Amino acid sequence: MLAFAIRRLLQSIAVLFVMSALVFVGVYAIGNPVDILINPQADQAEIAAATRALGLDQPLWRQYWSFLAGALAGDLGKSFAANIPAVQLILERMPATLELALGAMVIAVVLGIPLGLWAGLRPDSVSGRVIMAGSILGFSLPTFWVGLMLIMVFSVWLGWLPPTGRGETVKVLGVTVSFLTWDGLQHLFMPALNLALFKLSLLIRLTRAGTREALAQDYVRFARAKGLTMERVVRVHVLKNIMIPVVTVTGLEFGSLIAFAIVTETIFAWPGMGKLLIDSINVLDRPVIVAYLLIIVLLFVLINLIVDLAYTALDPRVRLAGRST
Amino acid sequence: MVTVTAQTPIREFTASFSRDRIAVTAFAVLCLILLAAIGAPLISPQDPYDLAQLDILDSKLAPGAKAGAGFTFWLGSDDQGRDMVSAILYGLRISLGVGALATVIALALGMAIGLISAYAGGWLDSLIMRLVDLQLSFPSILIALVLLAVVGQGVDKIVIALITVQWAYYARTVRGAALVERRKEYVDAARVMAFSTGRIVFRHILPNVLPPLIVVATVQVAHAIALEATLSFLGLGMPITSPSLGLLISNGFAHLLSGRYWISFFPGIALLATIVAINLVGDRLRDVLNPRLGSHYGT
Amino acid sequence: MAARDVTKAVILWLGVAAACWPGGGNAAELKIGLSADVTTMDPHFVAAQPNLTAQQHVFDSLVRSDERSRPVPGIATWSTPDPLTWEFRLRKGVKFHDGAELTAEDVVFSLERPYTITGSPGGFQTYVRPIVAKEIVDRYTVRLKTAAPYGALLQDLAEVMIVSKKAAAQATGEDFDRGKAAIGTGPFKLARFVRGSRIELTRHDQYWGGRLPWDSVTLLILPSDPVRTAALLSGQVDAIEHVPTADIARLRKHPQLRLAQTVSWRTIFLHVDQSRDRPPGVLSRAGQPLDKNPLRDVRVRRALSKAINREAIAERVMEGLALPAANVVSPSVFGHNPAVKPEPYDPEGAMKLLAQAGYPGGFSVTIATPNNRYMNDEQVAQTVAQMFSRIGVATKVEAMPLSVYFGRARNKDFGVALLGWGSRAADLALRSLVATAAPDKGYGAWNWGGYSNPGLDQLVARSLGTVDPAQREAVAREAAALAAAEVAFIPLHYQVVTWAMRSTLSYTARTDEFTFAHFFKPR
Repeated sequence: MLAFAIRRLLQSIAVLFVMSALVFVGVYAIGNPVDILINPQADQAEIAAATRALGLDQPLWRQYWSFLAGALAGDLGKSFAANIPAVQLILERMPATLELALGAMVIAVVLGIPLGLWAGLRPDSVSGRVIMAGSILGFSLPTFWVGLMLIMVFSVWLGWLPPTGRGETVKVLGVTVSFLTWDGLQHLFMPALNLALFKLSLLIRLTRAGTREALAQDYVRFARAKGLTMERVVRVHVLKNIMIPVVTVTGLEFGSLIAFAIVTETIFAWPGMGKLLIDSINVLDRPVIVAYLLIIVLLFVLINLIVDLAYTALDPRVRLAGRST
Repeated sequence: MVTVTAQTPIREFTASFSRDRIAVTAFAVLCLILLAAIGAPLISPQDPYDLAQLDILDSKLAPGAKAGAGFTFWLGSDDQGRDMVSAILYGLRISLGVGALATVIALALGMAIGLISAYAGGWLDSLIMRLVDLQLSFPSILIALVLLAVVGQGVDKIVIALITVQWAYYARTVRGAALVERRKEYVDAARVMAFSTGRIVFRHILPNVLPPLIVVATVQVAHAIALEATLSFLGLGMPITSPSLGLLISNGFAHLLSGRYWISFFPGIALLATIVAINLVGDRLRDVLNPRLGSHYGT
Repeated sequence: MAARDVTKAVILWLGVAAACWPGGGNAAELKIGLSADVTTMDPHFVAAQPNLTAQQHVFDSLVRSDERSRPVPGIATWSTPDPLTWEFRLRKGVKFHDGAELTAEDVVFSLERPYTITGSPGGFQTYVRPIVAKEIVDRYTVRLKTAAPYGALLQDLAEVMIVSKKAAAQATGEDFDRGKAAIGTGPFKLARFVRGSRIELTRHDQYWGGRLPWDSVTLLILPSDPVRTAALLSGQVDAIEHVPTADIARLRKHPQLRLAQTVSWRTIFLHVDQSRDRPPGVLSRAGQPLDKNPLRDVRVRRALSKAINREAIAERVMEGLALPAANVVSPSVFGHNPAVKPEPYDPEGAMKLLAQAGYPGGFSVTIATPNNRYMNDEQVAQTVAQMFSRIGVATKVEAMPLSVYFGRARNKDFGVALLGWGSRAADLALRSLVATAAPDKGYGAWNWGGYSNPGLDQLVARSLGTVDPAQREAVAREAAALAAAEVAFIPLHYQVVTWAMRSTLSYTARTDEFTFAHFFKPR
């Protein structure tokens, strides 16, 4: 177990290294951020001075070298546009994105599993078919389109929910969260729903497939033959057995939620990491772009590691197999 | 007296596929869309990329209005004076073309890598699979975003990004299937008979690997189209000179609240119809070709 | 198990939510939706308009710009005892947000601070460089000396904000963002800066400009156009800036909303390459390179200008939010020459001129443009391309995000390039855009076309060197007329800038496109 974890971590560091190099080179090749951020009245001398000040006149390898040196000390550079450390900028915005992703996951799980279960138990009923049709729509509709439709319907036409931004926040253990205030919940609902739609549909389908498969198993038939009610069968046997794949998929997909939050954050002006990335790409704020990627890669590696370890711990088959080798 | 008709695999497959009427309808819709996209230059009243044919005075007209040149804007016109019908047809062309091209190349690439990995074994196999795992654990949008931010815009760059996102799926599927097939007796037999590896691959392994690949590919095409639309919306996608459906939708966004819904709405419907149709067909394909129910095509 | 736990959780949440319920208030609050992100509250870090918008709520400058972009006294009045000296007399009793009084020390500190800023991609040094000596005459008087007579000092000083020496000494950008160093003399105090989301301000009760109607102001960052409009329509904000052209008609008809508009300082024009024999993208109709550069011929440039139907662009593409242009600056800006009129739409005349210049069959060009910077930039370029095509100049459009555009333009990658320019004075604009490039003097920094006319250079230099405003404007107008006669660049239009707000509010629309809460008044 330990060896496995260590090996994974080492591989991830290698990945971080390669990625940082690639992105560094790439963003360098696009253009000079000074051209975009400089004040229009600046003359050539000013532009040259600014370029020098940001270290952008150095040869590429030297820039990368100083970046690495700083990175090992924990300093990933200062944002060109905001003049504060890139890492701090990202960590400032991370709670908002995590909140959005968690909210989306909650919606997806709370709605997805029951709906999928229902569709699996009554696959040929009208409700079952409607749920399946809805799930197909759910992962075919592009997120950005749904987002704007939601705004149009719920904010502009009905006036029920605020269209943009994050609501009132409170600090819990040093982290700013907004879901503890009513205003915050109102602001959170639409973006979370928007982000959740894709996962919700997937979860419905996954749960349905798992349910159907579980129902076809012998032990279920045996339980029914023994006279157990359907409800008990479902609760005790079916649910437990579909939980493992559902949990693992949900865990892995959490990372994907964080990434796809980029689109939702852009539409709803949600002040998260994803929007920061897009803004930084637009002004070539390279320290922020590189820092974001490194942090995200680290996050993903951690999530994958946790899920893998949890899976190994939960699934007795894997555990036993591992032991017997 | 019982008549027995010889069932070729193709006929078996078609029969079981068509048992689901929804899937058949979706397939028909898909064929229609494909035909419309391919025949776009012939059916559209206007070439939306030819600036000489556009007239700014025709811009933002509602569906049903008449153009200066005489034809009718059945679905209205956008802010440049482009006929929406023509723009959608050409946009479909781009969206489908980019999605399909990327998928085909990714398929070929993934297949090659998967086969090499399965046959080479050892450290090469481990390395490739590590790479595949790594890539699959990252969300497609992040990979595409970073790639495009770094290499810039353009049709070719988008295709590259889409290929990069997809190849790992195929590689893994093919490798898995190839490993399974390799162990089967008929391959040993073929080897004993001194058939070349190439012949084994093409004659025996590929036909068995194809079904799951087709299923994955179908879903991936839909995914690629949706991803390209999202990238265009974020401003990192297709250039304005060849607008895909995603770019049309995103251009039309600015007009949604002003009541000129058609500039964004109709391309959105077209995109939706395409993706839903592909997904429905893919769903049915998976049910039909599901390897878990046996290597024969079951119900 | 499940139901009871869920009930408990819900009750707990409701309790927490109730505890956090914001108390209702009847304080006069104003919420404005801004269109671009504010990256920092340090007023000397980077000269980006969105940042300046937010910062100028908290800080003042010596010179202010009125709604017509003309310099008016801010916290000081001025005089010029001699052409090299500017004397600024501060208002007495101007209080900072921490209660301290504004003195000459703060002014000198603020004028020197831009030199101390590190790591800025585009700072304020240009604006303070003409000042070679600063003298504190007494507590409320500062004398600034320039090396040579420089009439544009007022426009430059309008950009430099005055901070409190006590609070800002040794302050980092973060100190400003957190509020510790953001002590100014402006109408509002910084309450909270939530990057990427909003800026919360509260009224400065001792503001020298008098009592304002707003107790608190919230500036919300809403860069996405349709989303900003949605925020106004749903009541989430009371006013928005930069109303997208597509929504103007609808908002105008809305019974509870009203608009404020004026011609903006932003002039949209085309740079045409006149320095090289074979500029990129300029080819024959068959795609072959030409012997010489047609854009060098003033007749060709005038033909291209004649081919553009500026009214149609203003009406159809810009939905009425543009005014056809001929000058480099818009009508209310210093140096605008009313005698110079936009080139009338004349495609036949254009084709005749082309034939006269030796291009009866036309040629082909590529127009480069950003696609995310100016109002409808890409659409304007497309439309101009349509119009060029009609007179025989086959045109392609190459659009790209700003992050790539400026870099490539500086690299001289383009033959014809679209640019938008906002300036407080015509001579300053001409200096940057069409003066012969002279890096040591700071001339021609944005002269992508490589236009060079010594006569124009002299006029620009003379204008900038004239300290008396009336005389300076006369010379500036002469320079503008010369640039127009020579078609040094092809002007397209001035943008019209629009604010939309509740009908219970009014705003004095500003040429410089700035949005200031302190100029919103209840009706």
